[in-house]
Amino acid sequence: MKIHEYQAKTLFERYDVPIPKGSVAFSPEEARTIAADLGGFPVVVKAQIHAGGRGKGGGVKLAHTMDEVSAVASEILGMTLVTHQTGPEGRLVKKVLVEQGLNIAKELYLSIVADRASAKIVIMASEAGGMDIEAVAEQTPEKIIKVYINPLTGIQSYHCLQVAYGLHLEAPTVKPFVQLLNNLYRLFVAYDASLVEINPLVITAEQTVLALDAKVNFDDNALFRHKDIVEFRDLDEEDPLEIEASNFNLNYINLDGNVGNMVNGAGLAMATMDIIKLAGARPANFLDVGGGANAEMVENGFRIILSDPNVKGILINIFGGILRCDVLAEGVVNAAKKTGIQVPVVVRMEGTNVEQGRKILADSGLNLTPAVDLKDAAAKVAQIVTR
Amino acid sequence: MSIFVNKDTKVVVQGITGREGQFHARQCVAYGTQVVAGVTPGKGGQKMDDIPVFHTVAEARQATAANCSLIFVPPPFAAAAIMEAIDAEIELIVAITEGIPVLDMMKVKNYLSQSRSRLIGPNCPGIITPGECKVGIMPAPTHKPGGPIGVVSRSGTLTYEVVHQLTGKGIGQTTCIGIGGDPVNGTNFIDCLAAFQADPQTKGIVMVGEIGGSAEEEAAEFIAQNMSKPVIGFIAGLTAPPGRRMGHAGAIISGNSGTAQGKIDAMNAAGIHICKDLGRLGELCTEVFKGLY
Repeated sequence: MKIHEYQAKTLFERYDVPIPKGSVAFSPEEARTIAADLGGFPVVVKAQIHAGGRGKGGGVKLAHTMDEVSAVASEILGMTLVTHQTGPEGRLVKKVLVEQGLNIAKELYLSIVADRASAKIVIMASEAGGMDIEAVAEQTPEKIIKVYINPLTGIQSYHCLQVAYGLHLEAPTVKPFVQLLNNLYRLFVAYDASLVEINPLVITAEQTVLALDAKVNFDDNALFRHKDIVEFRDLDEEDPLEIEASNFNLNYINLDGNVGNMVNGAGLAMATMDIIKLAGARPANFLDVGGGANAEMVENGFRIILSDPNVKGILINIFGGILRCDVLAEGVVNAAKKTGIQVPVVVRMEGTNVEQGRKILADSGLNLTPAVDLKDAAAKVAQIVTR
Repeated sequence: MSIFVNKDTKVVVQGITGREGQFHARQCVAYGTQVVAGVTPGKGGQKMDDIPVFHTVAEARQATAANCSLIFVPPPFAAAAIMEAIDAEIELIVAITEGIPVLDMMKVKNYLSQSRSRLIGPNCPGIITPGECKVGIMPAPTHKPGGPIGVVSRSGTLTYEVVHQLTGKGIGQTTCIGIGGDPVNGTNFIDCLAAFQADPQTKGIVMVGEIGGSAEEEAAEFIAQNMSKPVIGFIAGLTAPPGRRMGHAGAIISGNSGTAQGKIDAMNAAGIHICKDLGRLGELCTEVFKGLY
C-alpha cells in the first residue's frame, strides 16, 4: 500500500525523524493560511499524488511572497500531473503540501527496504541525493552504500555509523544523522513497511539533518495489524473497478486490452493473460478469484469484467482444486443471467467436478463456448477478436 | 525414489481443527498419507476423526514421531507456527498459509538458517510424491505415479496445469513441489533442482517461474553449472505491467528487475528448454523427454 508524502511525514514526526515545518492544503486559501504560519519565505508547494517525478512534471514550486503562494497553489491544485510514473493520462492533483524552504548545503539519498533475496532489511544511502536512484545504481553502483541488517537482531549503532561515514558526513552532523536513521528503522519495523525512502535527505547550512521528501510503502500482508495505516488509503489514487473488486476480496487489475479473463490462482492468471497475447489479442485485466472462491465471488468478478467497456470477449480458465468446477459454473450462469452478457465467453474448466460443471454450463441455455484445453481456449479467443 | 516426502513420511497437521486444516487433512489421509497427529492449542486430547490432537508440536512429535508438519494456521500466527515446528525439530515443514507479513517471514528465514529443518512455502500448494504421499492441497487425481519427471513451481494452479498436461501425455511424476508465491520463502528452486539431480528416478524437470525477484535467474545459473538432466522452463507474466502486485505477494516487477523476459533470457542462456506457449507444454515435454518415460 502507498501513502502520500504528507501522510508519511506525520509518521516521521511520530518517530522523531526531523522534517520541515508544513501542512497539507486542499485549497489556495488553506495554502495561504499554512504559509502565514511558517513565518518566512521561500515556501515550497508540492503536489500530493502517489507517484514520483513530481518536480520534473511541474508539481513542485517555490513561492517567495504570499501572492505567489496563492498563484502556485491554484496552478497545482486541479492540474493533471504527468510524470514517468503516472503514465500518459496523468493524475489529478487534489491536495498540496505547503512547507518552509530550507538553506540546503547538501542533498543525500537514504532508504530502507525489505530485501527478498537475502531476507534482510537493507539500508541504502548515497551522496547522489535528489537524483533518480535507479539510474545511480545502474551507472555508478559504487556510489551506493548498502548495509544489511538481520531482522532478528535489529539495527545496531555500528550499522548507522557505517552509513554515516560512508556518506562522508561532517562531524557535527554524524550524531543527528545516526539518531534519524535509528528512528527511521524503528518506524520501518513498527509499521511493517516495505520501503521507506528519503530523497533527498538534506544537510542544511545550519548543519541540521532533515527529510525533505518522504515515501513509505507498506506490506499489504501486514495491514491487518495497522488499522491506522489503512485509514491513510486514498481512493482517488485507485482505479474505480479495482476498488470495487477489492470490496469483494477479488484480486483484480485493470489493463488496457480487449479480452477479459477470470482465472483461479495468480500464476495461472498471469499465464492466461500471456496466452491471450500469444493468440493475437490483449488482456483487459488480471483477475485471480482465488482457491476459496464461491459462486458469489465468481458472479462479482464476472460483473466487474463486464463493466469495462473495452472488453470484446471473455476467457474463463479454471483449474478446479479447492474451487470446484460446479461452483464456478453456477456463479458464471447466475452472473450471465443477471448481467445479460453481450460478448462471447469461452470457458475452459478442468479438475474437481469438471463433468458437473460442464453440464451446468451446457444446460444453462446461455451462449457459452466450451474449450477442451488451454490450446483450444487460446484458439477460440483468437477467433473472437479477429471476427 | 522421490525427493523430500515418501510413503514413510509421518505428518502432523498444525491447525487441524480449522475448516481448511480439517478438509485437507482428510484429503491427505484419503490419498494414503500417514497423518499421525494434529495440533490445535487448547484442543489437546481430542481427536479429529482417528487422528490425535495435541496442544503443541513438541508434544505431537514426542508422542507420534512425526517428521513433517503441514501448516494451515492463519497469517497473524503462521510465522510463530513455523518457528514452533523448527523448535520441535520437525525435519520438513510445509506452510500453506497465504498472507504472512514479509517481516515475519524474514525473521523465520533467518531463524531457519540456524536449524536443520527444511521449509516449503509459505503461500504454496505443498508437495506430493504421486502414489505415495501428499502433503498439501493439490488435486491428487491429476497426478501420475512412477516418475520420471520432477516438477517445481512458484504457483499453485499453474502447477496443476503443468501436471495435467504431463499426465495427459502419459508422463508420470516423481515429486511435485510448490515453493510458493511469497517474496521470502523457505526451499528455493536451486534446493529442489539439486535434489532432483541427485534422485536416480527423476530423469527430467519442469520448472515454473513467474515475474518478481531473481530466483529463476539464479536457478538458471545453477542449472548451467550443475545439472545434466534436461530442464523445461516456463515463466508466467510476460504481459504483467510493472509495479503491480500480480496476486502473489512476490509477483511484482520493480523497476527493470524481475521481468519475465529477463528470466527467459537467463534460462535460454543456460540451455534450458523454454516453453513459450503453455497450451503446448505437454507436446514440448514429449519432445524434450523422449526416451526418458
